[in-house]
Amino acid sequence: MGEFRMPSLGADMDAGTLVEWLKRPGDRVKRGDIVAVVETQKGAIEVDIFEEGVIERWLVEPGTTVPVGTPLALIAGAQPAAAVAEAEVAAPAAPTPAPAAPPTVSPVPEPRTGMSRPRVSPAARRLAAERGISLDQLIGSGPGGTILHADVERAAAGAAPRPTTAKRLDLAEMRRAIAAAMARSKREIPHYYLSTTIELTRSLAWLEETNSTRPPAQRLLLAALLLKAVASALGEAREFNGFFTAEGFQPGAGIHIGTAIAIRGGGLVAPAIRDADKLTLNELMAQLRDLVARARSGALRSSELSDPTITVTNLGERSVETVFGVIYPPQVALVGFGMPVERPWAVAGKIATRRVITATLAADHRASDGHRGALFLADIDHRLQGPETL
Amino acid sequence: MTRDDVAAMLIDELGRIAPETDASRLDPNAELRDELDIDSMDFLNLVTALAERLTIDIPETDYPKLATLGHVVDYLVQRLGVAARAVTSSEQPEPHHRGPPSLGRESS
Repeated sequence: MGEFRMPSLGADMDAGTLVEWLKRPGDRVKRGDIVAVVETQKGAIEVDIFEEGVIERWLVEPGTTVPVGTPLALIAGAQPAAAVAEAEVAAPAAPTPAPAAPPTVSPVPEPRTGMSRPRVSPAARRLAAERGISLDQLIGSGPGGTILHADVERAAAGAAPRPTTAKRLDLAEMRRAIAAAMARSKREIPHYYLSTTIELTRSLAWLEETNSTRPPAQRLLLAALLLKAVASALGEAREFNGFFTAEGFQPGAGIHIGTAIAIRGGGLVAPAIRDADKLTLNELMAQLRDLVARARSGALRSSELSDPTITVTNLGERSVETVFGVIYPPQVALVGFGMPVERPWAVAGKIATRRVITATLAADHRASDGHRGALFLADIDHRLQGPETL
Repeated sequence: MTRDDVAAMLIDELGRIAPETDASRLDPNAELRDELDIDSMDFLNLVTALAERLTIDIPETDYPKLATLGHVVDYLVQRLGVAARAVTSSEQPEPHHRGPPSLGRESS
């Protein structure tokens, strides 16, 4: 028997409020399934599960605030991922819920509270969040009254209220979370800072050429190249990828880049792009697009917030040249990119104008030294000079 | 599709990107990126949505023409006119048509 617990979504979180169950007792779940929605300082977060099994029962009612680590549900047959294959063979023995009419959902619309909340497909939930549609007002047409993507689409076609960030994101709470994490960072982490200017001529020319033959939906942004260059360089700079704990530096199991995303109206989240070093540029761009959209509509997943092994912040256009980052504990490094600018640049003994970007590294001196940091930044530069190999 | 239809579509899409602002009250001469705090990802999403809804191409090299609300409407109206003519001309393909790649492929 396993327990599905209130996750920790960062050093600054000590409690969360269960908003909604997306799976009910009897449902079979596998690693990566979204099981519940939890309200945190970072907004409403979809919580995914790491285990395989069947939900035995709920231990916490929606609306309840509990400390991090509190069991929320019991999972029958939960076992480590290694045993999953056997579990699948044995699946028929597991209690299979009858698909017809779960007793808690009435087909007749009525005020829904607590345990009688409707089931909602993840796609429907996402669309509802995007379009700012309240799920409480919808009548599901799926099995057992489940609200489907099509139901939300119909509601969206009828009246299309604007999504508001305030709906799922409490910006005041987010400000408090940032304050707690950054105060801890400056209290505990002995930061050192390095900076270098990187010529972008080749990267931008390659990007322009690549995008010229693509429809907008498949175009790449410079941000994707920068993230990929950092991810690739981290493969040979492991002391910048991981966590600093009571036992000292712990290298990250993979390269999961926390990507700082500004929230309209203020605030910031840095959800992970997992295994960014193994993604192609196209895959990385698609994930970045998805992540930015979900961060701004307040629909991130718990694992995305707890996974990052390093953070990259990218100021983008209309900003300034240089950012001096504050490390997000317990991570040990933050790579920052400023605004790309055109500057005088020495080329073969002459002055020419070139587009350049300032890359900075804020790193934890307990985990690494400036020499290694300098090599890491120089390697990022080197990789951006060969964009076709990224 | 009239100029007003194009403007309404643009305001609708801007509303998705910057939900906290009332895009219909936007000064047509104001810089979109400054006025609505639009970053490069927002801008790409806007271009993607407009290109898909109007089934036109919006090349990256044309982005500088899309600075203000008024400019975007002008540009889209002009592109829609071009697209309509291109469909007509493709019925009688010229042997050495040298249009943009997406149109050239259809006529070859």
